[in-house]
Amino acid sequence: MTNYDVIIIGAGSIGVPTALALAKNGLKILVIDSLMSVAQGQNKAVIGGIRSTHTQKSKIWLCQRSIEIFSSWKEKYGDDIGWLQNGYCYLAYTTEHEKLFKNNIKLQKSYGLNINYHGPEKIKELIPGINENGLLGGTFSPEDGNASPLLFINACYSQAKKYGAEFHFNEKVINIFTENGKISGVQTNKSTYLAKFVINAGGSYAKEVAKLVNIDVPVNPTSHEAGISEPVKHFIKPMVVDIRPSEDKKFGDSNNYYFYQNNEGQIVFCLTPNPPIYGYDNKETSRYLPQIAKRMIMLLPRLKNLKIRRTWRGLYPDTPDGAPIVGKVKDLEGYINAVGMCGQGFMLGPGLGELIYRIVNNSLTPNDEIILEELSLYRDFGHVEMLK
Amino acid sequence: MNLNSIKSHPILPIPERTKVLFEFDGKELVGFKDMMISSALFMNGIKIFGHHFKDGSPQGIFCANGQCAQCTVIVDGAPKKACMTPLKEEMNIESCNDLPELPAEDTIVKVGDAEILETEVLVIGAGPAGLSASKLLGENNVKVILIDDKDRTGGKLVLQTHKFFGSQKDVYAGKRGIDIGQILGDEVRKLSSVEIWLNSTALAVFRDGFVGVLKENSKYVLIKPKKLLVTTGAREKMLIFPGDTLPGVYGAGAFQTLVNRDLVKPAEKIFIVGGGNVGLIAGYHAIQANIEVVGLIEALPKCGGYYVHETKLRRLGVPIYTRHTIISANGKEDVKSITIGKLDDDWNVIPETEKTFACDTILIAVGLNPVDEFYLKAKEFGIKSWVAGDAQEIAEASAAIFTGRIEAIKILEDMDIKSDYNLSELEEKAKMMKAHPPDPGESIKNNKNEGAFPIFHCYQEIPCNPCATVCAQDLIETVDDSLTTLPFFNNNQDCIACGRCVAVCPGLAVTLVDTRKDAENPIVTFPYEISSGKLEKGQEVTVLDDSASLGNFPIHRVRILKEFPQTQLVSIVIPKEFARKAVGIRAFKPNPPEPMELYHKKPLPDEIIVCRCERVTAGEIRNLIKKGITDVNQIKAITRAGMGACGAKTCGLLIDRLFREEGISQEKITEGVKRPLFVEVPLKYFASVDKGDEK
Repeated sequence: MTNYDVIIIGAGSIGVPTALALAKNGLKILVIDSLMSVAQGQNKAVIGGIRSTHTQKSKIWLCQRSIEIFSSWKEKYGDDIGWLQNGYCYLAYTTEHEKLFKNNIKLQKSYGLNINYHGPEKIKELIPGINENGLLGGTFSPEDGNASPLLFINACYSQAKKYGAEFHFNEKVINIFTENGKISGVQTNKSTYLAKFVINAGGSYAKEVAKLVNIDVPVNPTSHEAGISEPVKHFIKPMVVDIRPSEDKKFGDSNNYYFYQNNEGQIVFCLTPNPPIYGYDNKETSRYLPQIAKRMIMLLPRLKNLKIRRTWRGLYPDTPDGAPIVGKVKDLEGYINAVGMCGQGFMLGPGLGELIYRIVNNSLTPNDEIILEELSLYRDFGHVEMLK
Repeated sequence: MNLNSIKSHPILPIPERTKVLFEFDGKELVGFKDMMISSALFMNGIKIFGHHFKDGSPQGIFCANGQCAQCTVIVDGAPKKACMTPLKEEMNIESCNDLPELPAEDTIVKVGDAEILETEVLVIGAGPAGLSASKLLGENNVKVILIDDKDRTGGKLVLQTHKFFGSQKDVYAGKRGIDIGQILGDEVRKLSSVEIWLNSTALAVFRDGFVGVLKENSKYVLIKPKKLLVTTGAREKMLIFPGDTLPGVYGAGAFQTLVNRDLVKPAEKIFIVGGGNVGLIAGYHAIQANIEVVGLIEALPKCGGYYVHETKLRRLGVPIYTRHTIISANGKEDVKSITIGKLDDDWNVIPETEKTFACDTILIAVGLNPVDEFYLKAKEFGIKSWVAGDAQEIAEASAAIFTGRIEAIKILEDMDIKSDYNLSELEEKAKMMKAHPPDPGESIKNNKNEGAFPIFHCYQEIPCNPCATVCAQDLIETVDDSLTTLPFFNNNQDCIACGRCVAVCPGLAVTLVDTRKDAENPIVTFPYEISSGKLEKGQEVTVLDDSASLGNFPIHRVRILKEFPQTQLVSIVIPKEFARKAVGIRAFKPNPPEPMELYHKKPLPDEIIVCRCERVTAGEIRNLIKKGITDVNQIKAITRAGMGACGAKTCGLLIDRLFREEGISQEKITEGVKRPLFVEVPLKYFASVDKGDEK
């Protein structure tokens, strides 16, 4: 039986960067995934936005570290991951949203985030052609950006392998062994492996993984649909986020939606249905395009001529308060949750991977302690994150 | 001005078309109103529509079918597919040489809701299968919506100027494809329960049972069918070779679209790769449009198409090279020549056998692949669905007529409606039409040597019998009265030399010998459908056996029968010893192509483009396969192969081939996930943007 330092369950947005962070530090790593190759779960449904524009210290700090990793990746490892540092822009069309953003900014700035509120003129500059009717302004956080989830995860995967991490695909974990309250290994449908640490990076299936050690994590997937266009000449700078709720009697109401133009020139867009759609079904529905087309064209009329290439539906591993669940658990040494990313696993992954290493290595910083407290499984899940 | 349009054609009527002026890259040009922009450009000798934004490679027509985006041009400021956009007066068209800019049309527009509809049956595709099925369903008063992305019904039948095989009773054999399309379409149009939507493209089948349709190229409609019949036909397979993406390399079907539908002359000299029926027929269609066929290659020892199609082409002087492959398409901006080579038994090119021929167009006719995405998705989503025609299995159009009927009967059965057709009999006939023909053998000779009698140069047992049904005196039979056996002359009474059997034969394989005037120098009658003008008495033509000339002889008489207005019956007096072996005539002198000096640039196979949309090379993909990647989705993630406009419609099969080359069998490969949309369409349609707000 092969002996590993750490076994990671799930080779997706969290599992792969975590494997890199651990392997780089000399640990012997095995990543197990039931799918056929790397990042074939929800990672490939990610649209690619990366922001530290959150309202919680933990997510801001983790994503700030992620952004450092994304932005220096090419320089450090040589792979093009499609990184563009074009910022995020949250639009205010109501005084209520204007107030919310302005309040958030005070908090965000105190956590070290580079963000400002701007009037309509600046917003029009960032998003040429935007509907000015009722536009009050918006936030702009220039250090946020985007990258190709596909390129990044594959680059990260090959680096992790270079550092010795092993990956087993098409293999399903069916049992996690414990001895005297400590993790001792895992059993799959193919073999058995020993390890003192098991990381649950199971994404939308994290609940099933946690169940193997009788832990309940409140992670329930909801689905969101996304789409991508033909490539056109770059004209939109930031990720555009419109958080207004919208009524749609025929095709269903929705909450926020967002879109940006990626490194290829393609516009990528996603919508949050209201009410949320719970469950594991990730096949495309007919309602999505009519829902989002109306909203995008009303906001930015010139998008009407943009040819739509593809749509898809992916799962957000949601938690009740919109924040991840990260860290050790009571009464079981060696088990670490890295679950419930609520659709932000891609942007959290690289920063989170390094944090997981510090947990395993017992080298947490004071800020890490703050992060882990906010993301603890044992927190009060009653406070919903404002920019979920 | 010399426009490359077809001004006369032996088979196709040339309609009156309205000339319009338009601009391309600042130059004023003339085209015909409502013809596709791609054809208007070809008509003006323009084959290069732009350059790829990634590597500057020249781009032009490829599918001519709205499936890829290689023909993208900028029309009045917005990027559009040239092959699907009708030409209008004063259009300003620009080549697309970089990422297109989205026009800054920032006026706020009104948005609306897409219509939602229900129907008993939705049929996608109004080709032979879709029309036959809709006819049967309509006759039983089933509510059908039949959609097609083209502006007319008939599917690929509208491109088929040749006569069809099969039986006259069941599948209109002896009639031309274009006419069959018309007949089937007319029959369906009479049925009140069938609604036909033209210019209406199915975009996706969704999880919730809806099919998204862009109706009449202008509004998005969601249809929830109780039953779905997919008759979407086939798409052409592609080969990879150096120069494979040069403008001038495209499918035989795309060629037929340009020539037979849009009546443009897209080429002067073509070379055909593939000796199946599609390639052979495309060659015949080219010659009918006065386009030179420099040659045809087939990798196998024999052409796979019907022997009569092959000999028709040989008689017209087209060299057919079997056991040859394409080595490269040569040219910088477009095709200037082709290099071919002979294959040994291990499929390697034998050194020193390479030959290069000048040509401006290379047609790829290496087979078809079912367009079955909608069917597979519908099955996956639990929608009650059926599939017929080429979407089910690649075969002749006549087989599609049968399978369309068969699937319609199954749909009726599902609705507890009894039809008059016998399902097992139809299935038997469909099987016959789909069967691969045996090798050609000997024709059935008659030993009559006086009077008038037909000679059947029919050597291959294919499902076909119009000659036996057309003879008014019942003098022609097939062995055992079967559809697939060879015909013979029963000599039960005197033949009156009416010539109908000569005119009806789809293979142009019947001649008529008449010794009544002069037994030593009989009159032999041949069918001819190449030149559009009538041949004339006294004109000298070449008489040929299956491939070689028997000499030049003057024409004795030319007749055209009322029932077969496009086939000239040409009678020639020839010596007795040639009378039985003469098969056809040629009224022009072919130029035997001379090989050019060998094209020297030896390209690296790794440089070959596999994914044309995203410009991904064979080398990039091969490297990943060598690293052990067997999941096509991962190849896609890393290289973007398959993520372009066409959605892996072309490179999917080519990637499978690269796996095979690396010794990885099909069952080890994880196939790429297919997602909507089927073709790219502007966002405005999903928001039902008010027409009034559009300029």
